[in-house]
Amino acid sequence: MKHVDEYRDGRLARALAARIAREADPGGSYYFMEFCGGHTHAISRYGIEDLLPGNVHLIHGPGCPVCVLPVGRIDAAIALARRPEVTLCTYGDVMRVPASRGLSLLKAKAAGADIRMVYSPLDAVRMAEAEPAREIVFFAIGFETTTPPTALAIRLAAAKGLKNFTVFCNHVLTPAAIQTILDSPELREMGRVRIDGFIGPAHVSTVIGTEPYAFFAEEFQKPVVVAGFEPLDVMEAVLMLIRQMTDGRHEVENQYGRAVRPEGNARAKEEVAEIFELRKSFEWRGLGRVPYSGLRLKAGYAAFDAERRFVIDDVLAPDNPACECGAVLRGVKTPAQCKLFGTVCTPETPMGSCMVSAEGACAAHWTYGRFRDRARLAS
Amino acid sequence: MCLAVPGRIVSLAGADLLLRSGQVDFGGVAKKINLAFVPEAGIGDYVLVHVGFALAVIDEAEAARVLADLREIAALEDAE
Repeated sequence: MKHVDEYRDGRLARALAARIAREADPGGSYYFMEFCGGHTHAISRYGIEDLLPGNVHLIHGPGCPVCVLPVGRIDAAIALARRPEVTLCTYGDVMRVPASRGLSLLKAKAAGADIRMVYSPLDAVRMAEAEPAREIVFFAIGFETTTPPTALAIRLAAAKGLKNFTVFCNHVLTPAAIQTILDSPELREMGRVRIDGFIGPAHVSTVIGTEPYAFFAEEFQKPVVVAGFEPLDVMEAVLMLIRQMTDGRHEVENQYGRAVRPEGNARAKEEVAEIFELRKSFEWRGLGRVPYSGLRLKAGYAAFDAERRFVIDDVLAPDNPACECGAVLRGVKTPAQCKLFGTVCTPETPMGSCMVSAEGACAAHWTYGRFRDRARLAS
Repeated sequence: MCLAVPGRIVSLAGADLLLRSGQVDFGGVAKKINLAFVPEAGIGDYVLVHVGFALAVIDEAEAARVLADLREIAALEDAE
């Protein structure tokens, strides 16, 4: 497939790996965090860590939208879906995320709640048109990539004068999460996590551009290289980060210029600004309450806000106490360091959110990386 | 959710700002995709699609440049 296969060429990957080994300082070490779940997935699936020299380490970040959604919000969605008049629509990834009391949206659906999987928020708008007697609630989650589509769906529902379409908004912002990681005591004081640079988001950056990362490069003196989601993209980004460190630079560079412009997507940003505003703070799994990190509907679109139409409890619900998803999302622990990993927690029976989505660090490690661990032990 | 596949626009429909759409071909599977966020996109362009919406047009020249860079690195490594 065009713009896919070219970036999975094994010969080029081996050459890049050789170049990285040549340019990396053998006496030093490198710790790079890939923020996005898309990168995590590519790194695990293509065995990129095995191609890199032993002193270049990749740390998984919190950029998996399903993973960072706290249990309380899923509990709230289930409570909404149990109202007899409500049909709750959401993306497939969210359906199996564990909620409180052993529930999930999928189990709530099996127990009779009207919960439907959709591909696009426009499917939910169409459903609202087709079924005027039902209250259609779109359970919206995701980073900057899924926010413009939700915004456009709301605009469309407003244009059509729909009275039975609302959005339960859980959209979150990438820069706020990066800031939290860089400010975390584990990084700044305890020295439990070391991050020398960031592999910056691919598709999030198609929307917000590369400018929002300039602050991190400058303020925290960490290089950032925005990279595509294919294996050669990730490897070239690693090479670019190493070169910045060799030169003593800390800049924002763009490896993914074929899709990312410095200013991002102006139309998408306009649409988001029309519909949404910042919440003062929003709860993230693993990161806690992060200031100005989530979006809600503006007052002008209150009629489409599920949190205003229905009473939704904003209660904190604890994660499974043995689950290490929080530490994994902060880069403090690897999936294999969790007691539940691969024992009771597998993609078939996930105990924590990181085991659910293909973008989750635990699911990626279970699917691809555990065999590598075993090979390492054997050799 | 942040993963997206590039597809090629094969036809366009709708002039409405919110509803501009097109058939996008993903290696043989065609799907109707909203193109409101990529007003510059035309037939033959590759777009990145998220949840039914195209969010970016692939810049062919930039894609070719990066691949040429990578091939150059490979040629250098082969030579050494």
